[in-house]
Order: sequence, then structure tokens, then C-alpha cells
Amino acid sequence: MNELLQREFGLVGKVAMVTGAARHDGIGAACAQALAHAGAKVVITDVMDEQGQQVADSISAAGGSAVYRHLDVRSEAAWRRAIADCVHEQGGFDVLVNNAGTTGNGLIEDLPLAEWKRVRSINLDGVFLGTKQGIVAMRPGGIAGKGGSIINMGSVTSLVGVANSSSYVGCKGGVRLLTKCAAIECGRLEYNIRVNTMVPGFIETGLLKDGCQNMVDQGLVQSVEEIRQVFRSGHPIGRIGRPMEVGLAACFLASDASSFITGADLVVDGGYTAQ
Amino acid sequence: MSPRDCQERLAGKVGLISGGARGIGAAIAEVLAASGAAVMVTDVLEDLGKAVVERIRESGGRAQFHSLDVTDEAQWTTAVSQTIDTFGGLDFVVNNAGVELIDLVVDTDFEKWCRLQDVNSDGVFLGTKHAIRAMKPGGAAGKGGAIVNLSSVGGLVGSFATSAYSSSKGLVRTFTKSAAIECGNLRYGIRVNSVHPGMIRTPMIEEFFNRFVEMGLFATTQEAEQATVTAHPVGYVGEPEDVAYAVAYLVSNESRFMTGAELVLDGGYTAQ
Repeated sequence: MNELLQREFGLVGKVAMVTGAARHDGIGAACAQALAHAGAKVVITDVMDEQGQQVADSISAAGGSAVYRHLDVRSEAAWRRAIADCVHEQGGFDVLVNNAGTTGNGLIEDLPLAEWKRVRSINLDGVFLGTKQGIVAMRPGGIAGKGGSIINMGSVTSLVGVANSSSYVGCKGGVRLLTKCAAIECGRLEYNIRVNTMVPGFIETGLLKDGCQNMVDQGLVQSVEEIRQVFRSGHPIGRIGRPMEVGLAACFLASDASSFITGADLVVDGGYTAQ
Repeated sequence: MSPRDCQERLAGKVGLISGGARGIGAAIAEVLAASGAAVMVTDVLEDLGKAVVERIRESGGRAQFHSLDVTDEAQWTTAVSQTIDTFGGLDFVVNNAGVELIDLVVDTDFEKWCRLQDVNSDGVFLGTKHAIRAMKPGGAAGKGGAIVNLSSVGGLVGSFATSAYSSSKGLVRTFTKSAAIECGNLRYGIRVNSVHPGMIRTPMIEEFFNRFVEMGLFATTQEAEQATVTAHPVGYVGEPEDVAYAVAYLVSNESRFMTGAELVLDGGYTAQ
């Protein structure tokens, strides 16, 4: 790669935080790996400490820079602490990937309000808190203060609906608009912070596996293979996506190569929403 | 359309409207009642809600008021069964109740964010849930129907200092599509659509302008209003009735092939 491309696409000298990155087979871990390989110092956060530490260790073993920190994205105080620690220990805070999320299964008519609220508290409220505290830290005068890039994990369900996941779908639709509003504010206020929504299709992750199993358990489909086939055929490319395909897209949004992209949906969906 | 056609358009239909005491909700209640529907006007604002019901009755329409806090699931159960008991059915629910918050993301207090989401997001979820339960085959009303969820242009595009509101409306947009798919797949005979108004002249709009001035975004409310009008290519803001006519279409049989869709009424705001 020539020097220009390396400088623009690379993340050397940047510090990145990725939430919900403890599952080794998840999108968060893939983002953390990709960002670390591109040269960023990565702070992996999650509530699953043991698994999160393992992801950090495996990145370190591969020659990248990664540490693990506990962060429950539902707590604003925890966000403030995590970001302050990041700035003090890593020397900055330039990239935030608000990836932490949970699945929400079940028909609307059967969905308990408490379950709806559980999903909302992580998938929407948690992203709001991360975006808010991320901007507070990155904007001029903030504890990091050098601007940056915030990447909010949406989904194709930020754009279109699916059955049996209304709480998840609703929140992803909410994240998309939260992102656009944040991008507009950061732009107009000249904070030098870009905020974008990542829009992956169905990705081969542990969470997807769990989701498929839930649908079988609830009798919504006969087998995991049946629903996997539905997911596969939903993507014109003919397969389910790979976590690293999202990780690499996150690298792009994190890097200076995407310096004119803000408030956008980066669709990484094998053509799912093209139809 | 002649007044006679109007009266027959929703004849025999029964519906519930949340947030019906003022603004867009009140206009929806009045237009749907004038189109022949019996309407349960619900809100937390009892006096204003009852005044809407009085106006409807004076013009010969059928309406009743029922107090409903959309964040309380038990109250939804009661409101829906009360509607069915009173008017003999349930054919549509309009999830209109909503609140506003004008603040920068960095200044948005988490408690206020949550309170807004409780009403604008959870309230629409609960209204949709209980509408489906009542209108689906075997439900207390059981004849299918239409659900209309009030989103906004804020559910389509972002804007300055509206992140909490806009997020809730973005949530309503995709949630509505999921509801439409579920009801379609299950052959419930229930259609679910979202409506996306641009700026509409309501009591809320004045609060908007005052808040913009308070935040220093505009020097005067006149300036704020001028900028708002300019953002709509037609050169004027909408009236509550503009939204109400669209809702009348969505709850009528004329829109029988429409579900999971976004009906945009914004004077061209999002066309740019």
C-alpha cells in the first residue's frame, strides 16, 4: 500500500473503544480486531469480563494493542468512568464503536413490556449514552478533545422490518435517526466528530445463532437450517455475512479516509435492502 | 368528495385515538368522527379531551373520552375493552400520543430521554400490541383492522437538537414495518402504517419556537418560524387536518393494499 493510502486508511496513533466486544464470534470482536490490525489502540468493553479479556488477549497475541474494561452501556456514570480511564491509560479517545446490543424475539402481541424495555435499555438507550458521552469527551475542550469518529451499530432493520424481532428492529430504527441528529449537531457545532450508522445484513455470529435457536424453541420455524436458509436467500449475494466484513467497514468509518462521511448509513448487507 | 361521501367513508367503524385531546390527535378524532367512525378519544388531558368529544357530538358524531396514559399497559387493556364495550367493536387504533424534547445530544438529560422514549416508543409498542390482540381473529373485536402510528419527518431525517424525539420516531418507523409483516404473515387482516408529518401548526409548534429562541438558535420566534416555513418547499407549515385526512385514508378500506408503508405529509421537506 502506498504511503497516502496507509495514512488515510490506517489508524496508527488513534485510540478506539468498542462496546459489546466480548464474544469472540461477534461483530464487536471483529471490529476490535480490524481496528487493532489497522494500528489503533483498542479498548474492548463488555459485561462478560472473562470472554472480553480473552478477545483482548488474542488481539495482543497477534501483535495488536488491546485491553479489556468492564462497561455496562446502560449506566451513564459507567460510561464517564470508562472514557476517562481510556483517555488516561491509552492517551486519547478518537473512535467509538457503539456495538453492544441484544436480540429481542417474539411476536408483538406476546411481547411483555419488561422485555421490550430490556432490549431498549441496551440497544437504544445504551447507544444514546455512548454517543452523548463520546461527543462530550471528543469535542473541543473535552477530556480527549481532538474530534473523532463515532460508529453506531444499526442493522438492515434500521431500514426495513422483520417479523418476531420488533423490539430489536424498533431500536435499530431509532439508532439510525439518533445518529443522523448527532451528526448534524457535531457538524454544525464544528466539533470535528463524524457519526455514522453501520448497517450490516445478517452476520454469522453467536447472537445470530442464539436468535435462530430461539425461533426454533418458540416454534416459529422447524429447524435452525430452515431459518438460516431464509436468511441466506434474503441476501442476493447468497450467503450470510462474515463479522470481519463489518469490522473492515468499521475501519473505514474510523479512518480519515471517510472524512466527508457523516450521518450516513453504511450498508454492508450483501444486497439485502437493494431488493 | 361530497360531505355525504365523507360521512359514509368510515361508517360502522370504531376506533381509538391516543393523545386525542389537542393538536393533531384532536383533528384526527374530529375528522374520523365526521367520516362516520365512532371514536374513543383518549389522553391524559381530561378536560381538553372531553371538550373534543363535546365538539364531535355537537356536530352529530359519535365519541367518548377515556383517560389513558399510554405508558401504562393495564390502562391500555382497560381502554381497549372499554372501546369495544361502548361502541361494539374495534376497527382501528391511532397511536398519536407523543411528547417533545429540544436539546443537543450532549445536553440531553438521561431521565428526560427515558421519559420521552416511555411515551413515544413504549407507548406505540403497547398500543400496537393491544390493538393486534383485540383485532386479530379470535380477539375481543376479532375483525381485523388498521393501526396507524404517528411518526414524523424526524423518523426519516435528522435535525438539530431533536435527537430524543427523532430517535423515537425512527423507532416507530421500523417497528411499524415489523408489525405489518407479522400481521401480514399471520393473515390477521390488520394493516399497520406510519405517518410522517412535517411541521404542523399545533400548540407544540409554539413550544418549539420558544425553545429554539431559548437555546440561542434564533433571535426571535418569528425568525424560528420563518426558517421552519422555508424548510418546507411549499412555503407553509401543515395544519392538523392535513394529517387527519391521511389517517382517514389509512383506516379506511380504500387503503386495503397498504401496509408497512410510510405516508409522508411534509410539504416537500424530505424531498430536498
